[in-house]
Amino acid sequence: MVINAIVVAFGGFFGAITRYSISQWMKKRKPTSFPLATFIINVMGSFLLGFIYGTETGGLPLLLLGTGFMGAFTTFSTFKLENIQLILNKKWNTQVIYLVLSYLLGISLAFLGVIIGKM
Amino acid sequence: MSYLFVGIGGIIGSLLRYYIGLSSVIWWSSPFPIATLVINLIGCFVLGWFTTYLSKLKLFSPALLTGFGTGLVGSFTTFSTFSVESVQLIQNSLWGFAILYVLSSLFGGLFFSYFGYRLGDICTKNRLQREGETYK
Repeated sequence: MVINAIVVAFGGFFGAITRYSISQWMKKRKPTSFPLATFIINVMGSFLLGFIYGTETGGLPLLLLGTGFMGAFTTFSTFKLENIQLILNKKWNTQVIYLVLSYLLGISLAFLGVIIGKM
Repeated sequence: MSYLFVGIGGIIGSLLRYYIGLSSVIWWSSPFPIATLVINLIGCFVLGWFTTYLSKLKLFSPALLTGFGTGLVGSFTTFSTFSVESVQLIQNSLWGFAILYVLSSLFGGLFFSYFGYRLGDICTKNRLQREGETYK
């Protein structure tokens, strides 16, 4: 079972670095009050994980790509912290749009990913 | 250097999430995805507290702080698993669980994030007061 942990760790290492690279890159390019980097990462990751489940990938590939990479690539804590910061800065519209769109697109795209993965 | 710390944080965060998920089958038999919910809510609290407390103390290097916040806590919590689990509940027609899951994640996440954020703020103020500095 050590191999399982190694595979999860490997995916987690690259998932976290990919998320960090994208957010660093986007911060430099387009500084907006809307947390675009986390948003894109989370909805894209939801779609891709849905796709992985749709293809009925199991075993080590699922641990590597799903639990490891996609699990670490997407983030819930940063998403919620950004919401709190928007609320404290009284950017109500941005906050509500960010919150609602993340849930709506996250779940719908995961659904779409499952369907496409099954094809 | 930050990239390496974020990667190492990602390893620790993912493994913690993986083992909590594995152990949850021992104490939880319902189809409600309790493991992800608990992981996400704990992560929200820790990241809020960390942002307004630990990262303000100047005790650790910026690379180490990024490794912990963005790397470890960021990878410990997950949005993609949440989305897919919601889809699975809907596909299994467990509508009650699906609605409960989305709502508890939505409001619970905001609550725990805010709770951690405020608590960290209070901790920082107390600490700086003890040290005789002014809080800005």
